[in-house]
Amino acid sequence: MSRLTMTRRGLLKAGAASGVALAAPMSFIRGAHAADFCNMPTGSSVTLGFNVPQTGAYADEGADELRAYKLAVKHLNGEGDGGMLNTFTSKALKGNGVLGKKVEYVTGDTQTKSDAARASAKRMIEKDGAIMITGGSSSGVAVAVQGLCQETGVIFMAGLTHSNDTTGKDKKRYGFRHFFNAYQSGLALGPILADQLGKERSAYHLTADYNWGWTQEESIKNTTEGLGWNTVNAVRTPLGAGDFSQYLTPVLNSGADVLILNHYGKDMVNSLTQAVQFGMRAKQVNGKDFEIVVPLFSRLMAQGAGENIKGILGTTNWNWSLQDAGSTAFVKSFGQEYGFPPSQAAQTCYVQTLLYADACERAGTFAPPQVIAALEGFEFDGMGNGKTLYRAADHQCMKDVLVVRGNENATSQFDLLEVVKIVPRDQVTYDPAIFGGDLGPADAKAC
Amino acid sequence: MDAIFLQFLNGLDKGGAYALIALGLTLVFGTLGVVNFAHGALFMLGAFCAVTFNKFLSYELVVLDETKKTAWGTAVEIRTPYIEAWFGDFGTQILNYSVPISILVAIPVMLLIGVSMERGLIKHFYKRPHADQILVTFGLAIVIQEVIKHYFGANPIPQSAPDIVSGSANIGAWLGLSDNIVYPWWRLVYFGFSALIIGAVFAFLQFTTYGMVVRAGMRDSETVGMLGINIERRFTVVFGIAAVVAGLAGVMYTPILPPDFHMGMDFLVLSFVVVVVGGMGSLSGAVLAGFLLGILQSFASMNEITSIFPGIDQIIIYLVAVVILLTMPRGLMGREGVMEE
Repeated sequence: MSRLTMTRRGLLKAGAASGVALAAPMSFIRGAHAADFCNMPTGSSVTLGFNVPQTGAYADEGADELRAYKLAVKHLNGEGDGGMLNTFTSKALKGNGVLGKKVEYVTGDTQTKSDAARASAKRMIEKDGAIMITGGSSSGVAVAVQGLCQETGVIFMAGLTHSNDTTGKDKKRYGFRHFFNAYQSGLALGPILADQLGKERSAYHLTADYNWGWTQEESIKNTTEGLGWNTVNAVRTPLGAGDFSQYLTPVLNSGADVLILNHYGKDMVNSLTQAVQFGMRAKQVNGKDFEIVVPLFSRLMAQGAGENIKGILGTTNWNWSLQDAGSTAFVKSFGQEYGFPPSQAAQTCYVQTLLYADACERAGTFAPPQVIAALEGFEFDGMGNGKTLYRAADHQCMKDVLVVRGNENATSQFDLLEVVKIVPRDQVTYDPAIFGGDLGPADAKAC
Repeated sequence: MDAIFLQFLNGLDKGGAYALIALGLTLVFGTLGVVNFAHGALFMLGAFCAVTFNKFLSYELVVLDETKKTAWGTAVEIRTPYIEAWFGDFGTQILNYSVPISILVAIPVMLLIGVSMERGLIKHFYKRPHADQILVTFGLAIVIQEVIKHYFGANPIPQSAPDIVSGSANIGAWLGLSDNIVYPWWRLVYFGFSALIIGAVFAFLQFTTYGMVVRAGMRDSETVGMLGINIERRFTVVFGIAAVVAGLAGVMYTPILPPDFHMGMDFLVLSFVVVVVGGMGSLSGAVLAGFLLGILQSFASMNEITSIFPGIDQIIIYLVAVVILLTMPRGLMGREGVMEE
């Protein structure tokens, strides 16, 4: 018959052990727990989730974003020529994955729809174990996915999203945006518009009827009215309208001498092409040449719009013709891989992936609170946009903005945008308080 | 006044496209009794005939210029379409007129597609309920869409109108009205083209013996069959003609709207509303309703109207459809007995 006996020495040992365990800091214990934060990588690899529009109005951008992500993964894993890893001022990344783990990825199709984008992000988080979600070529999508990421405690590195809301009223602690926004487009474009088109103009806006369109219309309206321009009308058009004729004909008789197209992607290609078909570029109103302005455009759109984009002013986040070390390194890697230069969407997505990986390396962990802290207030250079700050107050990158014009004398099929001015960072920096919003908590969450 | 006139032109233009698609839909319904949800896909396939023909013509001769390098270190490519390299200015002109020339390609291709679709699939569903027909044709439309997406990608592929009609016409000056009334040449061409095709289909049905037999078959196919006429074969040809009409509407629409795999679906729903408003099985009803709804949609998007009823431009067609069906359940020109048994 056995008896449970407790010696005096055994009791002392057990008591001491319990004391040590209780006295240990909570974070020490939490760090040792597998489900401490959502999708903590436990094996030899880490999975990133690339959520891009593969169909829908912004499919062109989506395809290019995916190319850039794949290239970024290659470079992070030490394959290829390293691209911007060679020019990035932070030297934490060594080309051996992230924190020694090989980078893998899963992809999703946002279909340029908020519900589809949330569903695919959720799938990548819950089923594929993605530790970070990135992508999106629409602000509606970015805001929706960013909200989901905040709820699940997964960092969201936004791709192409230009609405003020993404880092304004809808900003989130877990969301970060490298791309510029509509407010910055207005700040950059204003002086150039005044200089090139004069201060007495009447503008007519056609605006894509969703989050991004509204904020861009508001920002550009504020800027142009500040210059002394009169806003004749601002008309909302449904996303993916296709035929814009019924919205374009009223412009002809409105007395406006500038048409501002707050459209992007397929919508912009259609509305611009049709505006030119309606003779708007050959028109004179109020004794001035009629002008069309596209506040946000990219080379991919210029390609779709063909001849019609020539001479038209707008802003862009980045263009492959830039000659700084970061841009040339990236264009070289991307061009060698795919046979053509990258778009602005590709550049922002590539940079976002590297920035996330770098922040993990610098934080020494994948734990989101520490990675968020490493990104907030981070200053860097060598990524193609000059000296850049990831502003802590709203998670918006502050960097130079390009004012561009459709190239009248293109030297190749890709040479479609001519850089009119690189507007320096301090001229497009604004007070983050103007858009309100609240970043929310950075607490790690299990999933 | 100028604005109203321009919106009227827009309406005619949109109406032309609606009417052409609805005409084919109602022709198939009237003859074969099939509700063909793949009809929008035929419109899209027509547009892709133009795209394919243009791709074929633009097949490029690539010469590497080793003296110049791209930003990524490879030799600069100098691309010239073969047709220009071989035929010089004549080749350039052919490329310039690729959209209208592709009509010649689209007619046999669409006829073949239409006939094989009818013989291969649709004919097995003649005696089945309308719900089965809708399901199978809708499924077919999705398959066709996905095939096109696979080969051509998801993005729209712009096609340009010939240079001579790529600008806009100063209609105001012609009519002695304001200079602000300008309208794109190609849209005028499209309206003229749709009127021509609609006229040709009506003339075929009205003034040819073949058309007369088809019309008789639409009324009473059993009696026509008893007279020793193989009405089924004629209906197959009618299906082919409907496919050609939808296809040609698609070809000519490409300079207005760069085609993508989904363009058929975008038009299909509207075209069904047009057919229902016009009256199921009524050809003239489809044309009338096509133009009527196109014009109403354009007027509804005028700023004066949207400022009073925001969003009315998006729902006007459906609103009118509801009102017409409430007051005239058979549509504008619907016959008694169609889909009522």
